[in-house]
Amino acid sequence: MERWRKLHGRRLDHEERTRKKAAREGHKASEDAQKLTGLRAKLYQKKRHHEKIQMKKQIKAHEERNVKSSAPNEPSTTPLPQYLLDRSNPTNAKALSSAIKNKRAEKAAKFSVPLPKVRGIAEEEMFKVVKTGKKTAKKGWKRMITKPTFVGPDFTRRPVKYERFIRPMGLRYKKAHVTHPELGVTVNLPIISVKKNPQNPMYTQLGVLTKGTIIEVNVSDLGLVTAGGKVVWGRWAQITNNCENDGCVNAVLLV
Amino acid sequence: MSTVLPPPSKRQRTDAAEKARLQQDIEEIPSDAGSLRLQFYDETTGLPIGNGPVLVPVADATPKNLELLLNTLQGHDPSEYIPYRFTLPVPDKKTSETNTTAFPANIYKTLITPGLISTEEVQNISAAPQAVFRVQAVSRCASSIPGHGEAILATQFSPRTSARMVSGSGDHTARIWDCDTGTPVHTLKGHTSWVLAVSWSSDDSRIVTGSMDNTVRMWDPKTGKQVGNTMKGHTKWITSIAWEPYHAQRPGEPRFASASKDSTVRVWSANQQTIDLVLSGHKGSVSCVKWGGTGFIYTACHDKTVKVWNAKDGTLAHTLNSHAHWVNHLALSTDFVIRTAFHDHTGKIPGTDEEKVAKAKERFLKAATIQGEVVERLVSASDDFTMYLWDPAKGTKPVARLLGHQKQVNHVTFSPDGLLIASSGFDNHTKVWNARDGKFINTLRGHVAPVYMCAFSPDSRLLVTGSKDTTLKVWDMRTHKLAVDLPGHKDEVYAVDWSPDGQKVGSGGKDKAVRIWRH
Repeated sequence: MERWRKLHGRRLDHEERTRKKAAREGHKASEDAQKLTGLRAKLYQKKRHHEKIQMKKQIKAHEERNVKSSAPNEPSTTPLPQYLLDRSNPTNAKALSSAIKNKRAEKAAKFSVPLPKVRGIAEEEMFKVVKTGKKTAKKGWKRMITKPTFVGPDFTRRPVKYERFIRPMGLRYKKAHVTHPELGVTVNLPIISVKKNPQNPMYTQLGVLTKGTIIEVNVSDLGLVTAGGKVVWGRWAQITNNCENDGCVNAVLLV
Repeated sequence: MSTVLPPPSKRQRTDAAEKARLQQDIEEIPSDAGSLRLQFYDETTGLPIGNGPVLVPVADATPKNLELLLNTLQGHDPSEYIPYRFTLPVPDKKTSETNTTAFPANIYKTLITPGLISTEEVQNISAAPQAVFRVQAVSRCASSIPGHGEAILATQFSPRTSARMVSGSGDHTARIWDCDTGTPVHTLKGHTSWVLAVSWSSDDSRIVTGSMDNTVRMWDPKTGKQVGNTMKGHTKWITSIAWEPYHAQRPGEPRFASASKDSTVRVWSANQQTIDLVLSGHKGSVSCVKWGGTGFIYTACHDKTVKVWNAKDGTLAHTLNSHAHWVNHLALSTDFVIRTAFHDHTGKIPGTDEEKVAKAKERFLKAATIQGEVVERLVSASDDFTMYLWDPAKGTKPVARLLGHQKQVNHVTFSPDGLLIASSGFDNHTKVWNARDGKFINTLRGHVAPVYMCAFSPDSRLLVTGSKDTTLKVWDMRTHKLAVDLPGHKDEVYAVDWSPDGQKVGSGGKDKAVRIWRH
């Protein structure tokens, strides 16, 4: 084809044909989207999805370029003193802390939590009776916890003979994805302790992580400070997902 | 009915008994402890005082007695005795370096018994004259005044009295406050963007504000009305404002300089609101401008240089380039007298203009004269973690490089007596330096977030620092320890100022409330 094109040039109506093809493109796309079935449809939708993302991005870039500023533009919406103006400051954590402080001023919000009610979990669901071994099989006093748990950093398992509750290694979590409800910032933070499991005080002791559990997370790397100028270390959060189904712990900060 | 306290436990009782027993024997200084041989040095000049060392019995060597001795040595009249701060070098046991420490009340117990110094050697005592008046450390929040709708970015007290303070804010206004009653006086409306810099003229007659909207406006502090036209000329926001020193002004024709992000400094005539001079030559945002009392304007810039300009015709006198990164802030050893001009601690204001100029000049010369020479020192703080101490009259070579900060240095100030430099930086520390030779003295640790600003009390005995960690802290400059911690702000503290009469500290920050602190 290339050789032919070089020898004879393009068809005389080439320009017109390409123009018409481009003009019909939308119709073609729409027809494909409606008519295709099965695997072809799947492939087509995937391709279309990617194209749309690219388009959105491009439009956004164009819009940003077109913004004309007549007034002196303020570099950010929050006023800053002149010595901080040209510096790039990570302000997220700080905003977070001030939001928390503002919220604390409203006293009524003190005891409300994002998830006020939780589904009750029966002991049968929580524990699996372990019946392996000679002695245990007879009496059946050993329990395996079927939900994710948090154990402290210095935890060692007790001797087999005395270990009544087994917290499986695969279901232990050290970190939680903690979201700030107002800012929509999510940070992966280490869990310090389990404060309250609403299901049962025993679950609190065992460190079971279920939906609605209050945990304490380490927020020291966010650089929050108290009114007295001390660094805030731990802050409470409530678990919002069913960790046993999702394989991760998502929580929302209590402000 | 009140709650009856339980009787003290056995542990409490034994502790109390132990304490009572310990307190009974007071450490006596033995009369045969010998004598200290003391050589006094003047901290301002570094020269010895008197001829040869003085013998002082160890039992009598207290700072109070030394003060008396030194005043007699210099032949001061008893009615004019000057208080002194004494420091002496003490070798560190571990590193064999010498630390400068304050002269202790009981030298026998603290230094001689541990073997840090001996009575055999001559001790070099450096004596720094102190202000005859004393400022008490602020310790409580007198008032928290709401009013601003956005963060407060700059504050300054009136040079005349601590009753008036001006604050510039992100809500496009500046406000004047009555600090005695904690009430707003005037709102200076007019700017169309954040007010970044406020400056009170040293004769207390005008306020100048610089803003994000590239304009400078002048106000009358008595009426709160704008004076004259809006001063346009800058093409980027205003970063800093400095008034011409009162004694150097042509009578009745005050001027001031404004520094801007557009890399120029403009000198305005306050009467006509016109541009008098344009100092261009910098290649980056000018971060700070200071107007010295010896006819120079000093500017610090993000192009790593400090430039010195002749204030008369706007020609460039020197370029000081030693810094390796942005220069953030400048301080002059005469900042305080230039700011206050003829307002001194007695509160008396001369009647006529000639007397005012004469008094301002006299105060300036008194503060700037070292060994019969008028010396105006300059210290520049930079993003390269260091500071340089300059003597611009003597050339472009720095006097000293002040090393020690571990992050950018944001703010630097001279003490009003010109003997100390305090620098605060993003490494959460404030450091204190000797202003004569730039030697490191001590680090003030305590803040848990970047320290944005610091301000000396007018008697140079105290320092207040404001930080991102929402607190202000007051430090004692004799012991270099925390004097008072002032929590109360709900968010970052951006601006802090100590009133020139020493009574109040004003601060403002992101929590939108101006706070007045007093003793």
